[in-house]
Amino acid sequence: MALLEIKDLQTQFFTSAGTVKAVDGVSYTVEEGETVAVVGESGSGKSVTAMSIMRLIPWPPGKIVGGSINFDGKDLLALTDDEMRSIRGRDIGMIFQEPMTSLNPVLTIGMQLTEPMIAHLGMSEEAAMEKAKKLLGMVGISEPDRRLAQYPHHLSGGMRQRVVIAMALACDPKLIIADEPTTALDVTIQAQILELMKDLTRELGVAMIIITHNLGVVARYADRVNVMYAGRIIESGNASDIYHRPRHPYTLALLKSVPRMDRQREAKLDPVDGQPPDLTKLDGGCSFRPRCRFAQDHCAKSFPALEDIGGGHTSACFEKDNLDKEVKDVVG
Amino acid sequence: MSKYILKRVLLMIPTLIGAGILVFFLMRLIPGDVCELRFAGTGLYVDQEQIDICRKDLGIDRPILVQFADFMFGFFTFDLGDSMWSGKPITEEIGLRFQLSLQVAIMATIVATVIAIPLGAISAIKQDTWLDYAVRAFSIAGIAIPSFWLGIMIILGLLIVTQEMTGIPWMPPIEYKPIWVDPVHNISQLIWPAVATGYRYSAVATRMTRSALLEVLREDYIRTARAKGLVEKIVINRHALKNSMLPVVTIIGIEFAFLMGGLVVTEQVFNLNGLGKLFVESVTNHDYAMTQALVMLVVLIFVITNFLIDLAYAWLDPRIRYS
Repeated sequence: MALLEIKDLQTQFFTSAGTVKAVDGVSYTVEEGETVAVVGESGSGKSVTAMSIMRLIPWPPGKIVGGSINFDGKDLLALTDDEMRSIRGRDIGMIFQEPMTSLNPVLTIGMQLTEPMIAHLGMSEEAAMEKAKKLLGMVGISEPDRRLAQYPHHLSGGMRQRVVIAMALACDPKLIIADEPTTALDVTIQAQILELMKDLTRELGVAMIIITHNLGVVARYADRVNVMYAGRIIESGNASDIYHRPRHPYTLALLKSVPRMDRQREAKLDPVDGQPPDLTKLDGGCSFRPRCRFAQDHCAKSFPALEDIGGGHTSACFEKDNLDKEVKDVVG
Repeated sequence: MSKYILKRVLLMIPTLIGAGILVFFLMRLIPGDVCELRFAGTGLYVDQEQIDICRKDLGIDRPILVQFADFMFGFFTFDLGDSMWSGKPITEEIGLRFQLSLQVAIMATIVATVIAIPLGAISAIKQDTWLDYAVRAFSIAGIAIPSFWLGIMIILGLLIVTQEMTGIPWMPPIEYKPIWVDPVHNISQLIWPAVATGYRYSAVATRMTRSALLEVLREDYIRTARAKGLVEKIVINRHALKNSMLPVVTIIGIEFAFLMGGLVVTEQVFNLNGLGKLFVESVTNHDYAMTQALVMLVVLIFVITNFLIDLAYAWLDPRIRYS
């Protein structure tokens, strides 16, 4: 059985401008020890999916209105608040995007790092501090004794993100959700942090959901990839399928918009045209239709379902078999 | 740190001189002086000669700059002189009332803090529920209701309630006794003005706590704390409250300094002989020396309070360091 199984998840935000279907029927699974990437542009619902798993959607205005989330044999949506709290930080660790703001500025690193261990594992303060030192060592922070007494503002962005990773690992979780963990960091630091996360998850056998809009990250670190657009998964497959045999015009467009070392230097970057749709005003048709080069009349009639193309590779596009020519241009 | 404290203390000097200049010359812009007023009070015809003698006695016939230099020198050598009205030493007159005003101000601050921080926190956590509306109505009322009116209501209420319950109406004692002489008597007298002023004071602080906490609760690190699976009590107490206390501490400090000299009407209502009353009397009597001394005292309290607020900032937020 999969470690995490999300089925038909629907999370909506009830605003004065209308109901925003931020997550509209998302399903995917994460196996034990597996790294799954969720890719998509801002507002595609990747972070909301993650926050839904943690049940940290702020109400009002947001609410999980449908679907199920099974984690380690438990239906997370059926748990009481207390039961859910004992899973957060214990079995599921979370790494956030902004290391500059995701640590509390007025509490020491030691305090913030030991908190989950004291809360979940019932450790004494001394024992937790000892473990915290080990954790800091694991994430490559030198002089752990000194660091534990320091405040976040004493640390650089990369170091803070290492602390956040240590925090997520503190209670030996089964799953880590990393929400754009490197977006706010320098490019060189990004690579270090990603390598660190990859090594640690492999070493400790922790499953990871990595949310990103960076396809480069996907190619190197993910076992499976889910591409999201306007609250739905529109293509899913292993990293090589997505990279070499994309079967959705949006994935294709994303691939064309990133620079690649293995392409001719003269090749121009080709950004995705247009804007993501207003999620309060979705019609019944394919939501990518207005920006799609392959759109036909029938795309407006209904939303294409995710269909298996073989080998666990799925795509939600009526025209998925007509992309070949352009796919060749992109992936060579 | 000690260098910073020294710098702050030295910086107080220009502030005090500036305040001294203002109060000294403003007082002398008011028509009439203490001597004219003193004799006018008798209702009889007064010789110009007598007024001149009085002015000479008090030294207010000297050139104005000489008087100013005298005042400033006196202030910085802690020699405030005598009251021009009563003739008693100013330190003695102020000392008597300072104790009472300080006690009321401290008690009002405690009342306000004890009300404001929990209420403001509840109001923020339960934002837009009936509890929040109730707290906000309670605090708006505190801002709208004048303390002296509340004071009158408290006295009347005490009279009526004690009459109903025991048959004998009870009201707070009128005569002031220091807390170390008779604590029960002292507290039963001063708690009521402290509540009356503390309520208004708490209203401002409640609203400040609420809005500061609401802002902090939207911060990323609060989401991090929740994602760690901490109970909500720890998220609020440990992660949110300390971060939201900076503006609240500012408000509490400034209100405290204000209470030291600004409780004129409330003191009247409770018949307290505090600094506010002395202030009004000395201004109406054109008691230059006393008014100047009182203004300088209040300025000093403000300056010191501000300094303490800054130190509290550094304690609350480790990012703030003074050097």
